[in-house]
Amino acid sequence: MFRFILRRLLQMVLAFFGTTLIVYALMFAGQGDPIQALAGERPVTAAQRAYLTEKFHLDKTGIDGFFYRYFDYVTNLLQGDLGQSLTGRQIGDILAAAWPVTIKLALIAMAVTILVGVTAGVLAGIRRASIFDNSTLLLTLLVLGIPTIVLAPLAQYFLGVKWQLFPPTAGAEPDLYALLLPGIVLGSLSLATALRLTRTSVAENLRADYVRTARSKGLVKRRIVGIHVLRNSLIPVVTFLGVELGNLMSGAIITEGVFNIPGVGFNLFRGIRTEDGPLVVGIVSVLVVVYLVSNLVVDVLYAVLDPRIRYE
Amino acid sequence: MRVRRLAAWTALPLAVTLGLVACGSGGDGGSGGTNPDAAVRIEIAEPQHLVPTNTTETSGSQVLAALFSPLVDYDEANKAYEVAAESVTSEDNKTWTVKLKDGYTFHNGEKVTADNYIDAWNYGAYAPNGQNASYFFEKIAGYEDLQGEQPKAKTMSGLKKVDDLTFTVALSQPYTEFKTMLGYTAFYPMPKAAFSAPGVLAEGYEQAPIGQGPFKMKGTWQHDAKVEVEKYDAFPGEKPKVAGVEFRIYQQQTAAYADVLSDNLDVIKTIPTENLSTAATDLGDRFKTSPASTFQFLSFPTYQKEFSNPDVRKAISMAIDREEITKSIFKDSQTPARSFVSPVVAGYRTDTIGEAGKFDAAKAKALYQAAGGPSRIELSYNGDGGHKDWIDATCNQLKANLGVDCVGTAEPKFADLLTKVKAKQPVGLFRMGWVMDYPSMENYLGPLYTTNGSSNYYGYSNPEFDRLVAEGSAAATEEEAIKKYQQAEELLAKDMPVVPLRFGQNNFGHSTKVTNVEVDLFDRVDLVKIEAVQ
Repeated sequence: MFRFILRRLLQMVLAFFGTTLIVYALMFAGQGDPIQALAGERPVTAAQRAYLTEKFHLDKTGIDGFFYRYFDYVTNLLQGDLGQSLTGRQIGDILAAAWPVTIKLALIAMAVTILVGVTAGVLAGIRRASIFDNSTLLLTLLVLGIPTIVLAPLAQYFLGVKWQLFPPTAGAEPDLYALLLPGIVLGSLSLATALRLTRTSVAENLRADYVRTARSKGLVKRRIVGIHVLRNSLIPVVTFLGVELGNLMSGAIITEGVFNIPGVGFNLFRGIRTEDGPLVVGIVSVLVVVYLVSNLVVDVLYAVLDPRIRYE
Repeated sequence: MRVRRLAAWTALPLAVTLGLVACGSGGDGGSGGTNPDAAVRIEIAEPQHLVPTNTTETSGSQVLAALFSPLVDYDEANKAYEVAAESVTSEDNKTWTVKLKDGYTFHNGEKVTADNYIDAWNYGAYAPNGQNASYFFEKIAGYEDLQGEQPKAKTMSGLKKVDDLTFTVALSQPYTEFKTMLGYTAFYPMPKAAFSAPGVLAEGYEQAPIGQGPFKMKGTWQHDAKVEVEKYDAFPGEKPKVAGVEFRIYQQQTAAYADVLSDNLDVIKTIPTENLSTAATDLGDRFKTSPASTFQFLSFPTYQKEFSNPDVRKAISMAIDREEITKSIFKDSQTPARSFVSPVVAGYRTDTIGEAGKFDAAKAKALYQAAGGPSRIELSYNGDGGHKDWIDATCNQLKANLGVDCVGTAEPKFADLLTKVKAKQPVGLFRMGWVMDYPSMENYLGPLYTTNGSSNYYGYSNPEFDRLVAEGSAAATEEEAIKKYQQAEELLAKDMPVVPLRFGQNNFGHSTKVTNVEVDLFDRVDLVKIEAVQ
């Protein structure tokens, strides 16, 4: 187990540098004129252009320029310096402000997914073809069919503005209640998937031999479902949830925009729009770490759920 | 279940407060008293910078307008009048004397002197500081010496202190409207505390700028969240009627709009386009408009052979039904343009382009064919600014009225469009917009159409035009200047390097908690006038 984790951690280091190189290369290749992008439609003065060009080595182009800038970036990164954004803010500060609120949002979405999705999935799996099963099928299909870009403004308008059940936006230092609506919206997509996944898995396991054995042994139903079936059914769900945690953090661009939450998604969007290479690479690097860690946690969880799985 | 109960718990106190509010205003006699102790909440985007000489976008200048008091401001006719200045005078329009009003202090207690202006302007003009608004100082004598990688000087020779409250500004060439320029953000003073050494900005100044205006910073600039300011009691000018302002930072205007609808935010400065059609019903008389300086136009790459004939350009202008587009696409939130300067500046005339602005499909087609216009027209625009609808509509009009093939081509960002245009790649006609820096015809004509203009991307060059604009700038009086500018504008009408399309206006809205909301020409809320309802 220990060796397994150690090996995975070492692999992470490699994966981390690989991805930063790729993302940096992509940003570099896609870069047009970041100085003009920052100024929008205003003319840029020669002095301002010269100043920013020198500060960010924007005159270094081509293959040589790429490696010069990438190594410059990595050297600083290893010293713990993520660099400055084009507006002169420390990217480290931007990330430190953005991550906590995004993590909070993602955890709420995750909690909603697990509480509602998994519970309803188990119920639907037990009562196959019942009214409950069919209505959840319909609902999940509906949710899966509506993209967040439609769902988020609709939820904001009806629940926030019209009926005033929730605050319409969350802002920079939101309380739990203000984050609830964005969390539900963000989690709804993975909720639907988790529900379908749990339902199928539970339904399948209920027909397994060991369940029949347990039943003929005279075991109470609650114990059969609660311990045996659930434990076996959760393996695919946990895999899904592990990957989904990363998705929830990086995929909140729309939700964070609609509910005005200055988190990671918003900063990523801004970085891409203003061609701010260091900002995008900084955010993506941290996202990569999140994905890697959550995958590791999932792998370790397998062993907890199914003792037959062994690591070496 | 849980959610609903939570909602009930919040709905209850909400209803109670609403009831109380209703009682309060009822007792006041209906007209509603105002509350001088309340703070108001105004929407902005994350400012790029909060140093006066580095701020050119509206969010930053909105915050700075709270913290600083300008030398001059503009009255209803958009003429400059003195605010922090006692007088701004000149005999020859070349050497200007600025006398400051006594009694102004910075928020840290420093007395405002002529040095504060001179230091700030020199800092802004010095090229290695890379200040965005440095071009505002280029008319001052000695500006050239501060340019380049290794500038010859650190201070402009044209700025001279006379006494504590007086300084003179020598321009390199006479400029009649210099006083009008002084209302811009770039000309604010900065205190001694802003500099750690002469010409070096102190670390952290930008996080909590110290000004001499009606409000001072409350805490520091909280990036992506808010900037809070509170009333500065020692301010000698017209006092604001609220205790403070919270500039709340929004990423999307739709989010701000939702907050205004539910009274979570007091002022939204620009109502998003997708909400314009419903804003009048949503907000009622809290949906307001005011004139703005924006000017939208289509530019011709005049260096390309197929567009080098002015008749081709006129025919295209004639084939566009401006009224139809402003009405059906912009829901009258913009107005048709038939001149090259905005209605907000002195010297504006409603119709300078004459026949070329009158929609006439048959005439346009005849003229177009006689002049040998190209059979395919491309309209390039930036895809991130909501321009697709009107570009497509314009294309359809050109197709139908000129019998040509027309396509709209989107570039991801305006920067990408400019890169192509600067490289003289054949992008066809391309859209541009202009927002003025100070209310003067020169600010529209100079940068956009003179041969060396900073935003003349279409290769238009007319020596006669350049001469007239230069003469206007140097004219003895403003009236004479306007006359010259108007003559220059008539040349544009003859040459049509661009097709004037629309003038903009501010579409803003406010919550039920504030009154007297006004948005000025620079898209800034008037912070002295705004009041909070009790």
